[in-house]
Amino acid sequence: MAKRIDVSDLNIYYGDFLAVADVNVSIEPRSVTALIGPSGCGKSTFLRSLNRMHEVLPGAHVEGKVAMDGQDLYGPDVDPVDVRRQIGMVFQRPNPFPTMSIYDNVAAGIRLNARKMKRTELDDLVERSLLGANLWKEVKDRLNRPASGLSGGQQQRLCIARAIAVEPDVLLMDEPASALDPISTLAIEDLMTELKERFTIVIVTHNMQQAARVSEQTGFFNIAGPGQPGRLIEFNPTEKIFSNPDEKATEDYISGRFG
Amino acid sequence: MTSTTPSTGSTSRAPVRRLGDRLFAGTSRGAGILIVLILAGVAGFLIVQAAPAFTAPRADVPGGHGVVAYIAPLLFGTALAAVLALLIATPLAVGVALFITQFAPRRLAQGLGYLVDLLAAIPSIVYGFWGIAWLAPRLTPFYAWLADHLGFIPLFAGPASVTGKTMFTVGLVLGVMILPIVSAISREVFLQVPSLHREAALALGATRWEMIRMAVLPYGRSGIIGGAMLGLGRALGETLAVAIVLSASGGIVTFNLISPDNPSTIASNIALQFPESTGIGVNTLVASGLALFVLTLAVNVLARAIVNRRSQFSGAN
Ligand SMILES: Nc1ncnc2c1ncn2[C@@H]1O[C@H](COP(=O)(O)OP(=O)(O)OP(=O)(O)O)[C@@H](O)[C@H]1O
Ligand SMILES: [Mg+2]
Repeated sequence: MAKRIDVSDLNIYYGDFLAVADVNVSIEPRSVTALIGPSGCGKSTFLRSLNRMHEVLPGAHVEGKVAMDGQDLYGPDVDPVDVRRQIGMVFQRPNPFPTMSIYDNVAAGIRLNARKMKRTELDDLVERSLLGANLWKEVKDRLNRPASGLSGGQQQRLCIARAIAVEPDVLLMDEPASALDPISTLAIEDLMTELKERFTIVIVTHNMQQAARVSEQTGFFNIAGPGQPGRLIEFNPTEKIFSNPDEKATEDYISGRFG
Repeated sequence: MTSTTPSTGSTSRAPVRRLGDRLFAGTSRGAGILIVLILAGVAGFLIVQAAPAFTAPRADVPGGHGVVAYIAPLLFGTALAAVLALLIATPLAVGVALFITQFAPRRLAQGLGYLVDLLAAIPSIVYGFWGIAWLAPRLTPFYAWLADHLGFIPLFAGPASVTGKTMFTVGLVLGVMILPIVSAISREVFLQVPSLHREAALALGATRWEMIRMAVLPYGRSGIIGGAMLGLGRALGETLAVAIVLSASGGIVTFNLISPDNPSTIASNIALQFPESTGIGVNTLVASGLALFVLTLAVNVLARAIVNRRSQFSGAN
């Protein structure tokens, strides 16, 4: 079930270093929201704060509020484990479990959630997830081989399959297509279009065309200079961002005048 | 040094290799050959020295029933003590390593890490004294209780030793002795687990313990096995600690861990008997040493096989 996310006055720190400042944004359910911006401006950092993965790093913490359907995710009695079960994530660098087979990688999340499932049901789900990630054809004959034997792009798609297998309410994807060829990229974009019927999707991308193709809303992050915090400069419907942005900086970035 | 490049005619193209590379390849190959030579030398010495014990009349061998009958109970006692130590030490060591790497706050983890390394450096004679002077007397009431209440299990059949110089005590002492090694190696491999894998598990909604089961333990598996084998090797070959602690009687084979009559171990038996042995007696002791050598080798081969069997899933590729 798709859920909306409301972020208010969010500051994200690595120890004393303020990496992202003052984010206020509402992410609509059943839509794709794209985050763009130059390298190092805090897109990944912001994304990781949405499912409480940020605080996994020593010293990393946030101030402010992130609410999912009105419930504060950083509330005092909220278990981050529950948050992460509802908000799935695909990382910037592919990270399948090298000690598990391809099949077990996809099934890992389901086994965690301790959902009782018959073997045939699980087989179906694994197949469906791999089909969704456009990987099924390549791996259907070697599901029991180690995941580490896949190419980088295949590993990334395996991670996507792993994330969608548990049917999260929200799916965060950090440059999911940066290591993929055009065909797989297209397949992933089709998948997003299909998934947004059910999930809320947030993607980080450096590919402007991709943001324009798949997203309804686009947020532009920017950074004033080294050591400065990244900020969400503009957040608007994708069409507006790419045709007639409010901010000069957004226009400059999109038209490639800096970045 | 140039033996890898075939020295044929002008048509063959020898790969270009830098002097530094050639030097390095040469030294490392030399070191490898040296190790094989040393091993072969030791094995050769053992075989030559042990041979008379096998050819001698059975009655001349200590014990009077031939060399096999002499060594078999020793081999059994050695394996029993070492396996006992391993069963005690490995789970504890992995637990300690997990605590240090995954749960303890960083300052505490560092201190604990040093402490464990320090324990690994304590000489075995110290462990032996600790075992006999401190541990054994404190265990006797426990042995009496075991014999009374769990005596139906062959392991605790009794009669309970009143001195505490039992196989169980030896297992404990050896376990404590190898715990730091196993723990130190496990800790090293747990630290190597890439944070990417740990985060993958956490992002799926794993609790800390589930993350450890999904990412840390499987990744560290070969390291744990390697550490355990190193520990097993030390336990198998331990001489002084066993010689001090164990009250051994020759020639018995029993799984009874808490009685005063225990099989001895090869290494401690050699240490105790060697000064008083002559002639065939010495050859027999060397033969038992050969048996220990073979056992240790077999254990290592087995460990290799276990690690290799799933090497494709090790995460090293
Ligand atoms: N683990 C960390 N510890 C300290 N600082 C970090 C850490 N990770 C990122 N940062 C800093 O936080 C800022 C934002 O980094 P982030 O990875 O979010 O950028 P990004 O927008 O995702 O960049 P890219 O497009 O290159 O992926 C950078 O200044 C970076 O140096
Ligand atoms: Mg990033």
